[in-house]
Amino acid sequence: MKRIVILSCALLAACSQSSAPPRNTGVYMLLDTSGTYRDELRKAQDVILYALSRLEPADSFAVARIDTGSFSEKDIIAKATFDERPSTANAQKRAFASKVKDFVSRVNAAEYTDITGGLLQAVEFLNEKGTGRKTILIFSDMEQDLDKGYVRNIDVPFKGFQVIALNVVKLRKDNYDPREYMSRLEAWKEKVEKSGGEWRVVNDLDRLDGVL
Amino acid sequence: MSFDALLAITPWPAISAILLIAVLVAVLYLARHTAHQAIRTASGALSRGLRVASHSIQQAQARLAERNREVLLAAGREAKGRVVEREFMRVGETVRKDLANYPHLHRALSEAISHIERDHQNAVEVPPDPPGWVKAVETVSKIDAKNGANEVLSDIHKSVVKAHKEAMDAYREASTERHELLRAMMPRWRDVQEILTTVDQKVEGLLARLLGIDRHMQEYEAIVKGEDKAVSVLSSSSLVNFFVSAMVLLVAIGGAAINFSLIARPMAEMVGGTSVIGVFKTADIAALVIIMVEISMGLFLMESLRITRLFPVISALPDKMRRRMIWVTFSILLLLASIEAGLAYMREVLLQDELSTTALLRGGEAVVENEFLWITTAAQMGMGFILPFALVFVAIPLETFVHSLRTVLGLIGIALLRACSLILRVLSSGFRHLGTLLERVYDLPLFVPLWLEARWQRMAQESRVAQPTGEDLREVTP
Repeated sequence: MKRIVILSCALLAACSQSSAPPRNTGVYMLLDTSGTYRDELRKAQDVILYALSRLEPADSFAVARIDTGSFSEKDIIAKATFDERPSTANAQKRAFASKVKDFVSRVNAAEYTDITGGLLQAVEFLNEKGTGRKTILIFSDMEQDLDKGYVRNIDVPFKGFQVIALNVVKLRKDNYDPREYMSRLEAWKEKVEKSGGEWRVVNDLDRLDGVL
Repeated sequence: MSFDALLAITPWPAISAILLIAVLVAVLYLARHTAHQAIRTASGALSRGLRVASHSIQQAQARLAERNREVLLAAGREAKGRVVEREFMRVGETVRKDLANYPHLHRALSEAISHIERDHQNAVEVPPDPPGWVKAVETVSKIDAKNGANEVLSDIHKSVVKAHKEAMDAYREASTERHELLRAMMPRWRDVQEILTTVDQKVEGLLARLLGIDRHMQEYEAIVKGEDKAVSVLSSSSLVNFFVSAMVLLVAIGGAAINFSLIARPMAEMVGGTSVIGVFKTADIAALVIIMVEISMGLFLMESLRITRLFPVISALPDKMRRRMIWVTFSILLLLASIEAGLAYMREVLLQDELSTTALLRGGEAVVENEFLWITTAAQMGMGFILPFALVFVAIPLETFVHSLRTVLGLIGIALLRACSLILRVLSSGFRHLGTLLERVYDLPLFVPLWLEARWQRMAQESRVAQPTGEDLREVTP
């Protein structure tokens, strides 16, 4: 009898969550707040609300701004790991949405755009959370503009990450020479995929179904 | 060696082909007897093997049928025994109740009859006394009139008239009294009639029940004797029970599914919405476990009440222990039903919370407060409370299902074995005929040598018939 009980416990333990890989999702969203892109932030707010509605208890979500030096926790606007109880998770989502709304209404334009720093911060954050799926959303025109003294020619470890560039608007110069736009996106794709990540571009924000 | 090389054994391929065919036919002809034997042996072996397998399956089918019959008879014996036992208990109860009432009934009947007898005796008409004065009148009439007989007679007449009047009054009074007595007898007659009608009805009821018992006993005897008719009736009854109980169980499963959906969502609040065991959410498993526990408690309750007999241990418990078990299981059920009602309420609250959050995240207005929301909340709570008790009654169809399942599985097994046996018999016959066919197919390219052989044999036979033997010659020679 004792053996049966021990065996049953072992079986349950084997089946239980502790031994299984994590199934939750971690999402880190970077918002470009540079002068050329600031007006797009209303759209970003919609994307954030959409992400909040899709995320479930135990998932992690953080929204951070891209500014002159983005490799910093200070740039995180809101972050949350949703509680396992659905009611608490709902309350967290409402609070999250409120914070983002405040930010969008009072955001100031950044002088420079440090996308790589933001990506590094995102990788660090999501690795720390240890989520099963790791997704980085970049709401930007993907034009990096670094201030003097910032070193960003480094390999970001994207293995296991899905990097999605959202609403990559074309700049005025891209209209003169579309090759610049294409080469910019190609450079980012190469950078992500070289480090083992997965790269996607989604410009139609009405079709976000497959994103999360 | 390739086909082209074979055709090149002579400079002319056609001649090579003819030569090859001739050699092949010759070889086949020479090997014909052995080949036929081989084909016959192989097909015969396969056919016999399949027939043996078919026979053994038939035996297994017969054993299973016998076993099924025994199971069916045993189940029927038990069920019929239970029916007869219950009928006897009912008869016993009726007799006990009526016999307990019998002394009172007897006393009432005796009293009514005594009253009637007494009234009847009192009502008997008493004949009037014979007239004694007649002789006196005769004597007086013989007296001479001069001696004052007329006066005497006149006095007598007066006295007689007076006496007559008094007698008539008394008679009328007595008659009235007797009529009163007779009238008073009517209700007593009615009482007697009523009592006798009641007794008649009870006796009739008892007789009808005894007829039922008699019928059940006849069926029981048929089952005990193992008559084919009884087996057939039991078999069809078992099939009907199986399908009916399966249908009721399906309905119960539907009820359990609704119950599950009522409590699965709020369970996530208690055990977490993301933890999983295997591939299932822990909240779902917890909700399922609660429902299973409710069904188990229902089973135990039904067993304790001796409505079902799935667990002999429970029905064999002492009455005191059984009664305790009834209360314990009922209390647990009540507790679980109350918990479910609470969870159903919580479900509604969570649903509203989720709706308002979703509306907010979609950038819409907050959800409008529904003034009739309490109706759905109350309905959910009511269902959460009632469904556990409704699931208690699953025990009855479950018992029937389990009992009839044995028979149905047996019948299915018999049908499968019968089908297998038939297929094997057909295959056995097919292989036998296939052997014959192969022999004929083998002979097909050998038609020339076979024709020659047959012709040669016929000629040899004819020559034997044409040339007489030495003995025949001797007989002919003188």
